[in-house]
Amino acid sequence: MRMMNEDFNNKGDRPTKNGFGEGLAEAGRRNKNLIALGADITGSVGMDHFASRFPERFFSLGIAEQNCIGVASGMALSGKIPVFATYGVFAALRTTDFIRISVCYNDLHVIIGGAHAGISVGPDGATHQALEDIAVMRVLPHMTVISPCDATQTRLALLAAVEQVNGPVYLRFGRAPVPDFTDEKLAFEVGKAQTLKDGNDISVIATGHLVWEALEAAKILANKGISARIINMHTIKPIDKDAILRSARECGAIITAEEHQITGGLGSAVAELIVKKYPVPMQMIGMPDCFGESGQPEELMDKYGMRARNIVAAAEKLLKDKR
Amino acid sequence: MNASGHTAEELRLISKEIRKDIIRSLAGAGSGHTGGSLGLADVFSCLYFGIMNHRPDEPGWPGRDRMILSIGHVAPALYASLAQAGYFPREELLSLRKLGSRLQGHPGRDHGLPGLELSAGSLGQGLSVAVGMAMAAKMDGRKYHIFSIHGDGELQEGSIWEAAMSASQYKLENLTALIDRNGLQIDGSTEKVMRLEPLADKWTSFGWHVIHCDGHDHGDIINAYDEAKITKGKPSVIIAKTIMGKGVRKIENHHGWHGRCPTPEEAEIFVKEIDGMND
Ligand SMILES: [Mg+2]
Repeated sequence: MRMMNEDFNNKGDRPTKNGFGEGLAEAGRRNKNLIALGADITGSVGMDHFASRFPERFFSLGIAEQNCIGVASGMALSGKIPVFATYGVFAALRTTDFIRISVCYNDLHVIIGGAHAGISVGPDGATHQALEDIAVMRVLPHMTVISPCDATQTRLALLAAVEQVNGPVYLRFGRAPVPDFTDEKLAFEVGKAQTLKDGNDISVIATGHLVWEALEAAKILANKGISARIINMHTIKPIDKDAILRSARECGAIITAEEHQITGGLGSAVAELIVKKYPVPMQMIGMPDCFGESGQPEELMDKYGMRARNIVAAAEKLLKDKR
Repeated sequence: MNASGHTAEELRLISKEIRKDIIRSLAGAGSGHTGGSLGLADVFSCLYFGIMNHRPDEPGWPGRDRMILSIGHVAPALYASLAQAGYFPREELLSLRKLGSRLQGHPGRDHGLPGLELSAGSLGQGLSVAVGMAMAAKMDGRKYHIFSIHGDGELQEGSIWEAAMSASQYKLENLTALIDRNGLQIDGSTEKVMRLEPLADKWTSFGWHVIHCDGHDHGDIINAYDEAKITKGKPSVIIAKTIMGKGVRKIENHHGWHGRCPTPEEAEIFVKEIDGMND
């Protein structure tokens, strides 16, 4: 587990899909077997750099996501490393049975990019807001599920998905510009959580861009004399059990935060572990088992309670339960 | 006579052995899909003993032709053919569907069966996988061919047509799909359950070269595959007219035998009947 206590500064808001696109182009430069498959929205999910730099390794397959997953499996069985990306709602959910059988049961190194994840996709509304993808992807045997915290980390995560994993990977990223605050030098190791700030009153385990909200919450809590540990759980599966159990033992209370349904995602994964090994009071920040709606990303984050202030409120409530 | 040196008469005898092994393994298993497995025995013998370039003693040989069985439920036909070709001992066929067996009810590569290219069983996925394999082979300038096998009922899955579009878009002349056109599926006639005709026109309009054959005439099957292999610029599909349950009168054309298996007593009678087959 990486440990850091430095302050993180926002270098400027960037969509995490930009990191995916940069990582894909870099991975393509490093590895000649890397193939990208597009389902009509290649620019919109950040695959266009790769497609223009390596046209002979980019294949357009049209609006046919199931076929994309099957084709990726056939390529992986033939020694290629295929990366397929489309909106998360389609990448993970329209294709689930193809992913389950052709990718996971065959245990193939296929990388599936779930773009436009979470409610922050905004005005497009509920149909396009992937809020169940982590839940569905993480129950599939052999699957690795990655949800990086900012654009810089998304680039590293794609490279790690290519270089550190040998089986299926679901990599989740978003469209809305969000704070880009990690450094290139913060090494990305699949399955190893990053403790971005140490603390011992409460532990906030967050994923995706809610990690930034958690860091903001930690500052507010510090002013109230509450010491919060902030963990970036960039890999949902395999989950870093050690980081979670240390949080339970050393902080005695845990908040999870994710831009996803509170049922089945990161919160559930953390609860499944601690309920068996070291139960402590918990609060979960996320979508409360409902569909999203149209609105600006910030408005939706406010309405559905995924802000730093919601984490602060949850922490204050939890500290009462803890005593 | 074909590339591997087997005459049509020899292929006919091999098909009989495959049919008998299908019956024996299913009777031993106590469950499984008899009708479709028997109906494809002639196609399988032609592929593994006539058409495909493969090495049973070196299953992972990179230059091998690939056989993608999209309809995993006819696994007994695939297993009997692999055993007949020498990938593993024929006695192992009796472990079909049993705990710990390499012969899963639907093919599963995680159990380590030599010669098995794909874990499959959910219909409508195999053609996409075959397309991916054909695209990769073409990219690398590899000369091997991809063969896939599909049920006619399976063509009702929309994903088949997504895959069909992509195969012609990428001019996959190294891909040949075969349709087991027995006209039946679990609920009855394919045309009643959900019409497939005009089937050849559908494939032609999707940009495929269509070949028809009698799926129980070895010479005809070999000729169909030979034509597919020399067809340039587009993928080929062979519509093989077959009889579900071919070789056992009691099973032939009875869709009730799609998902049924013979009892040990029935198996003995059926094996004798197959021995006496001489069409
Ligand atoms: Mg049929």
